Amino acid sequence: MAGELSAEQVAHVARLARLELSPEESERFAGQLSTILEHVEVVRRLDTTDVPPTSHALDLRNVLRADELRPCLAREDVLAAAPDAEDGRFKVPRILGEAL
Amino acid sequence: MSGSADVAPVASARALAARVRAGELSAVEVLESALGEIERRDGELHCFNLVTADRARSAAAEIDRKVAAGEDPGPLAGVPVALKDNLCTRDVPTTCSSRILEGWKPPYDATVVGRLAAAGAVSVGKTNLDEFAMGSSTESSAFGPTRNPWDLGRVPGGSSGGSAAAVAAGFVPLALGSDTGGSIRQPAALCGVVGVKPTYGVVSRYGLVAFASSLDQIGPFATTVGDAAALLEVIGGHDAMDSTSLALSAPRCSEVLDDGVEGLRVGVIADFLDDASLDCAGAVRAAAEVLAAAGAKVEDVAIPELLHGLSAYYLIAPAEASSNLARYDGVRFGLRVDGPDVEAMNARTRAAGFGPEVKRRIMLGTYVLSAGYYDAYYGQAQRVRTLVARAFARAYGQFDVLLAPTTPSVAFPIGAKTADPLEMYLADLYTIPSNLAGHPAMSVPFALGDSGLPVGVQVLAPALGEREMFRAAAVLEAGAAPEARAPVTGGAR
Repeated sequence: MAGELSAEQVAHVARLARLELSPEESERFAGQLSTILEHVEVVRRLDTTDVPPTSHALDLRNVLRADELRPCLAREDVLAAAPDAEDGRFKVPRILGEAL
Repeated sequence: MSGSADVAPVASARALAARVRAGELSAVEVLESALGEIERRDGELHCFNLVTADRARSAAAEIDRKVAAGEDPGPLAGVPVALKDNLCTRDVPTTCSSRILEGWKPPYDATVVGRLAAAGAVSVGKTNLDEFAMGSSTESSAFGPTRNPWDLGRVPGGSSGGSAAAVAAGFVPLALGSDTGGSIRQPAALCGVVGVKPTYGVVSRYGLVAFASSLDQIGPFATTVGDAAALLEVIGGHDAMDSTSLALSAPRCSEVLDDGVEGLRVGVIADFLDDASLDCAGAVRAAAEVLAAAGAKVEDVAIPELLHGLSAYYLIAPAEASSNLARYDGVRFGLRVDGPDVEAMNARTRAAGFGPEVKRRIMLGTYVLSAGYYDAYYGQAQRVRTLVARAFARAYGQFDVLLAPTTPSVAFPIGAKTADPLEMYLADLYTIPSNLAGHPAMSVPFALGDSGLPVGVQVLAPALGEREMFRAAAVLEAGAAPEARAPVTGGAR
C-alpha cells in the first residue's frame, strides 16, 4: 500500500483536514508523507493476531462528576477571544450556499 | 550570606524557598536577579516568548508580604519558574509558538499554573516550543528557534526547548514542560538538566493545550533531582477538572532521595545501545556501574518490541493531533482569514496559521484515520501499542527500573535535521515507548559527550513507579560527572 501518494489523495486529505495547500506544499507533502508511511510500514507487518488495541494507557471508564450546578466561564470572557462575535454568539461567514 | 551570585536563581529551588520562607532573602530580590539575567542574555538564547515582569513583581511582593505577616507563603515561596507556552495562563497570551494562536489570552489558568502560584512560585514568563509541541528541536516555532546555552549553534532539543534552556542558562531553577513523545526528557538531556515525565494521569492536563491526549503529560525541569521531586509534589495529584487524572495524591519522591539503591533490580535496555552514539551508549554503561557499585542488581534485558514504538507513535500521535487541532478553525479564538463561506474561511485560516510541521502531522493524521486506511494504519498502531505495553510488563516482572539512553546523540546543530522530518522523528526513539505505555521516565545529566556537550541517562519505571525511579536518579546524580550539569553561570560557555 505504501508507494507514492497521488496528487488526488493529497488533495482529498487536505479537504478533509480543512487545509488550503499551495501546489508546492501538496507536492512536498506527497513525497514526505510517502517516506514516513514507508518507514512505519514495519508496524503493519507485525503479527497482532488476537492483540487488542490500546487507545488509552489507563483503565478508566466513564469518569463522571456529581450532577450539580457550578460556575463556569463567563460568556463575555469567552467571546472576547473570538475573531468575531455578535449578540452573545460567535459570528461566522455564510454556511449555506446562494440558493438560500 | 549576600552578593549577587548568591541570589542568582541558579541556586537550588528548595534552598531559595527555605531562605525566602525564613525571611533571609526577599522574593523580590530573587525575582529581580532572574529578570536581570533574562534581560541581559535572552535576546541571544530566545528561551522566552513572553516575559511577564509586572505580574511576577506583584506576585513576588505578595510573597514577601506573607512572610512579613507570618503567613505561610508556600513550599516554593519566591522561586522563579518558567512555563511552556502551551500552558494556559489567564489573561496572559498563550501561543503554542503558533501564528494561529498569536495574541490569544485564555480565560482560565491551567491547573498546574494555579498550583504553582498557590505554592508561592513566581512565574516569570512563557517559554518557546516547537509549534504545538510538534518537534524535537524547537525549530518549528513560528517565532524562531531557541539556542542551546552550551553551544549557541546547536538546538536545545524539543519540544520544550525554551523551558530546558531557561533552566540550563540559569534564568530559573524550575520550569514546566509537556512530554508527548519525549518533549521534556530529550531537551533536558541536550541541555544538561533534569527532566521528568510522570505517570500518565499523575499531573492534571487541564489547561494544557492538547496535542495527543492519550500521550500528553506535564512535568518538571530542574537543575537537581531533588528540586524536580519537590516540583512534582506541588503540581501532581488528583484534579476533578481532568477526567483522566488519577484519584491519587502526588508521588512523594523527596522522602526517598537518600534511600539508595541497595537491592534495586535495574535492567539495561540492550536494544537501545546498538544505534546510540558511542558517548550516549557509554554513559548508560557508566551509569549502570554507578548503580551496581551502590548495591543495585544490574543486568541487561532485551525488549526488542520497544523499537517498534516510534512507528506506532507516528501514526497515533498525528491521528490524535489531527482531531485535537480541528478546533483551530477561525471561529472561537485566534486567527481568522476571511473567505466567501465558512469552509473557505476555515481552510484559509488554517493555511495561514499553521506552520509546515503542524500541517504535515495534520495531513498524516487525517490520512491514517480516513476511510480505507483506518484499520490498516491507526488500528494496527493501537495493537502495536499493546505489544509495547506487554513487553514492558514482561521486563518489569524482573526489574524495578530500566536504564537507557535518553537520546541517540548529543545536541545537533541548528538546521541539521529540518530538511528531513523522519530524521528529526528518530530523535525520540528511546523516549516514545514510555508515553505509549503511560509510564514515568526521567532524564538525569550524567556525562559530557561529543564536543563537550551534556549526555543524559534515562531511568524508566512502571506506572506509579516514581519513587523507585527517583531513588535511582538520585544515586546517578551523585555519581555523575559534575561538569555535565547545567546551570551554565555567567553566560554561555
